[in-house]
Amino acid sequence: MIKGKIFIGFIALECLMLVSAYLHGRTIQPSNQASQWQAKRAVVLRLGLTDFALWTEARYTRHPSQADFFSAFQDFPASPDHFPAGSIIAPIHIPAKETP
Amino acid sequence: MSKHFKIIDYAISSLLRRKYKSIAILVAYTITVAMLASVLFLTHSLRTETTFVLQGVPDLIVQRMLGGRHELIPLNYAETIKTIRGVAGITPRYWGYYYDPLTEANYTLLGTGSGVATLDLLEGRLPGSVDECAIGAGVAALRGSDQSKELILVNSRNTGVLFEVSGIFHTASTLLTNDLVVLNDPAVVDFFGFPPDKATDFAVRVPNSNEVQTVAAKIKRLFPDTRPITKRELIRTYDMVFNWRSGMMLTVFSAAIIALCIMAWDKATGISAEEKQEIGILKAIGWDTADVLALKFWEGLIISMTSFLTGVLLSYLHVFYCNAFILSAVIKGWSVLFPTFHLTPSFNLFHLLTMGFFTVIPYIASTVIPSWKTAITDPESVMRG
Repeated sequence: MIKGKIFIGFIALECLMLVSAYLHGRTIQPSNQASQWQAKRAVVLRLGLTDFALWTEARYTRHPSQADFFSAFQDFPASPDHFPAGSIIAPIHIPAKETP
Repeated sequence: MSKHFKIIDYAISSLLRRKYKSIAILVAYTITVAMLASVLFLTHSLRTETTFVLQGVPDLIVQRMLGGRHELIPLNYAETIKTIRGVAGITPRYWGYYYDPLTEANYTLLGTGSGVATLDLLEGRLPGSVDECAIGAGVAALRGSDQSKELILVNSRNTGVLFEVSGIFHTASTLLTNDLVVLNDPAVVDFFGFPPDKATDFAVRVPNSNEVQTVAAKIKRLFPDTRPITKRELIRTYDMVFNWRSGMMLTVFSAAIIALCIMAWDKATGISAEEKQEIGILKAIGWDTADVLALKFWEGLIISMTSFLTGVLLSYLHVFYCNAFILSAVIKGWSVLFPTFHLTPSFNLFHLLTMGFFTVIPYIASTVIPSWKTAITDPESVMRG
């Protein structure tokens, strides 16, 4: 019975930690989050930024939203994709005609 | 209830008898779940943040295309674009890339409009003159500018230009500003040697969001060599980058799912002779088939629940308190300047429950089904092998 109780106790503790983490994210964080995000949005607004500075290795990875439609052939015809981040960013699907 | 406690007790003893095998499964299972959950937490957090923060991006960016590539745009295009109904303002943007051979890193040089300004996430102020700059925390750390308060870059005429650092962006904003060198517009034009009548692109302000698409279509009709990029397209780009179908998710997911499948397949195709004998003995001393199944169910649940919960908690700590240092190494690619993630702890309960369902249930099923096959066979023949 002891082993069983220890196991149930352990699982209950883990569940409690997970619930606390969830509630922490839901309740305590939003106020911090809102002010942080507002401050970041102010930077975006003031500087007119368009992209996240995640991958700085190539034009199309630094500014995926501003890049050409192709990346693999950007340098010369049949040029392969040089950069590892190229395999992380999914191809962007832009519909031929977008309705307003 | 007491019966189940006793079965759990027996199941734990049974797992401890095969402790090396059990520990190996527990560790592999925990790592797989932690990996999956880390990607889920990271992408969910980045997507939520992106959706909010990128609401501040210009309503419309207008680039000029030449030979299928981004080209500098003539300033006189702005005069015509301004006359389109719905356009409230147009600002030329001056920006470009700079490869620093000293550190082998790429920086983004960005011009900011006139006027000295301060920002909450900027220690100091934006540049007020052509010999000042504000830099991201990554650039400051790489070039030691946080100490020296100056930055030397080589311009298009191969002349070193000394900039005084007027501000350094706070580390909380590295996701946006890590590689930025913010100068004022004339300094960027001079640095890159842009022709005086051209800009990198235009930021167009369209207050009515319903009109953005129409304005974009009109610009495209007036200037067929341009490419208007709407705010919606821009946000959708990031939605795709952090989508479950993105390479980042697929790479980690496929490895984890293959590992889980191999484990489930190994369990489902049969149980060891030792386990069969154990079931035979239990049946012979009077256990029902239902009791044997309950035992196997608990064995599966003990392993899978422990691994699942431990994996999820580890990934939570990894992503939100250790800045996703393991995952960063994977997704960093060749970037010399890669931001540190300072993400706000939050996760989607639905994603977590789905992941729990797809990892815990198949494991329990693959434990119980082969045991059921053995449990319904005559104990004597099972024990004889």
